[in-house]
Amino acid sequence: MSTLTYDVTAVRRDFPIFETGIAYLDSANTSQRPKQVTGAMLEYFEKFNSNIHRAAYRIAEEATVRYEATREKVRAFINAASTKEIIYTRGTTEAINLVAYAWGRKNIKKDDLIVLTILDHHSNIVPWQILAAEKGAHIEYVDIDDKGELRQEQFAALLKRGPRLVAFNLVSNALGTINPAREMVAAAKKAGATVLVDGAQSTPHQPVDVRALGCDFYAFSGHKMLGPTGAGILYGRRELLEAMDPFMSGGDMIKTVRIEGTTYHELPWKFEAGTQAIAEVIGLGAAVDYLNGLGMDAVRAHELDITEYAYEVLSEIDGLTLYGPPPSRRAGVISFAIDGIHPHDLATIADRDQVCLRAGHHCAMPLMTRLGVPATARASFYVYTQKEEVDRLAASIKEAQRIFA
Amino acid sequence: MSTPISADDQFYREYIIDHYKNPRNFGRLERPDISHEEDNPLCGDVVGMDFQVKDGVIEDIRFHGRGCAISQASASLLTERLKGMTLDDAKKINKDDVIGELGIDISPARIKCALLSLKVLKVGAYGLADLDEE
Repeated sequence: MSTLTYDVTAVRRDFPIFETGIAYLDSANTSQRPKQVTGAMLEYFEKFNSNIHRAAYRIAEEATVRYEATREKVRAFINAASTKEIIYTRGTTEAINLVAYAWGRKNIKKDDLIVLTILDHHSNIVPWQILAAEKGAHIEYVDIDDKGELRQEQFAALLKRGPRLVAFNLVSNALGTINPAREMVAAAKKAGATVLVDGAQSTPHQPVDVRALGCDFYAFSGHKMLGPTGAGILYGRRELLEAMDPFMSGGDMIKTVRIEGTTYHELPWKFEAGTQAIAEVIGLGAAVDYLNGLGMDAVRAHELDITEYAYEVLSEIDGLTLYGPPPSRRAGVISFAIDGIHPHDLATIADRDQVCLRAGHHCAMPLMTRLGVPATARASFYVYTQKEEVDRLAASIKEAQRIFA
Repeated sequence: MSTPISADDQFYREYIIDHYKNPRNFGRLERPDISHEEDNPLCGDVVGMDFQVKDGVIEDIRFHGRGCAISQASASLLTERLKGMTLDDAKKINKDDVIGELGIDISPARIKCALLSLKVLKVGAYGLADLDEE
């Protein structure tokens, strides 16, 4: 597909769900999956369904090859140095928990400082809170300014206190803010911190290069990038992963098990205990192929186009408050509130028009508290979003305003 | 493409909007015999109720809170029903009564909004920790 003329109609033909007539504006929550992804999974179930890494028969070899092929696809997609640095997890949450458990318990000590941000998703807050409580470490949160962007001068001041760990999301799931990650990682590394970047909302929507980013860990989910639920990725720099103990233990992550003790498998399998989500990992590989087919620069350009359009359309509605930075500095996410109408009521009315809109705290309760709202409505966009869906959202909002007038 | 919602739509009937915008018995009592508040962290709905009880009868009631139309209208409707009722009778009010009074189809996702005020009554007025215990 040409990056010059992005053909959203052609893209939508790959997503059978749109035949139902829905306007799907909740891709930051979970994306839809194209036929190519569900097809790859179906092919596994129907043609070579078997367990990986152990059987000697042909279909099991095929399953293993396809399962491991995703690793190389993901490595190339985020430009990691080696497939040994690509760990399959169930998703971002498990990836961050893996680091909090396997790296954190070894490396975070009493009185250590962990720096997070007020933009972080609960999945990048709660594991660190648990770890900090266990170790007697403490956490500081970088605040935002009125535009919903991190206060870099506060971040710089916190770095002077020598944090052991800095963790933040590259893109805020609630506001869409794109954080200046490269600069933040460089500053944090210079301050001696280990750095984890939550890439759940960035990996699906823009080109990612973990080596250029320079972080130690990078986590993301397959289901937000056209893949199925249950397959996600932890990228970790090899020397850090080598030094870590396993997270989960049991089958498949071992080299030898004797009654006296066990030796662990090498990377990346050391962190992949038990029977894996084989079909889901294969589906994730197909999702990466699909995104590569579109081109991540084209994906970003399309989303920016939709976001600018939506920003303009929503700005023209009376009584509507937009949260977060201008479109050029945000991903395809728009959080907003309507005077006198609770986001849940708006979402219910939108649902009557088959408009799928998220309402709630978006798993970012500290941020909602900071904004002084209990919840927001959120529209989020992806490769298949078309302007007509934004128009339908605007119509639903106006209908809600009429009902509540 | 979009289906217009008319006044007779199952959802957001006019009186629900009316109770939301003009809540009955809204505010606080100066010296309540019972006062209790509950919230629904998932959507940020809050409902609290003050009761003035004499000889087992709810003589006066006020509610306060914020949130969606369903949670606030449900609380407003419940206070209307409770005023002058004995606590024994109030105890008999159940989920179906509250949802029936709203008179609309409540989707599973919104049921917690509709029942928040009932939870305030149950926990506040007679100390039930969980609605499901009824």
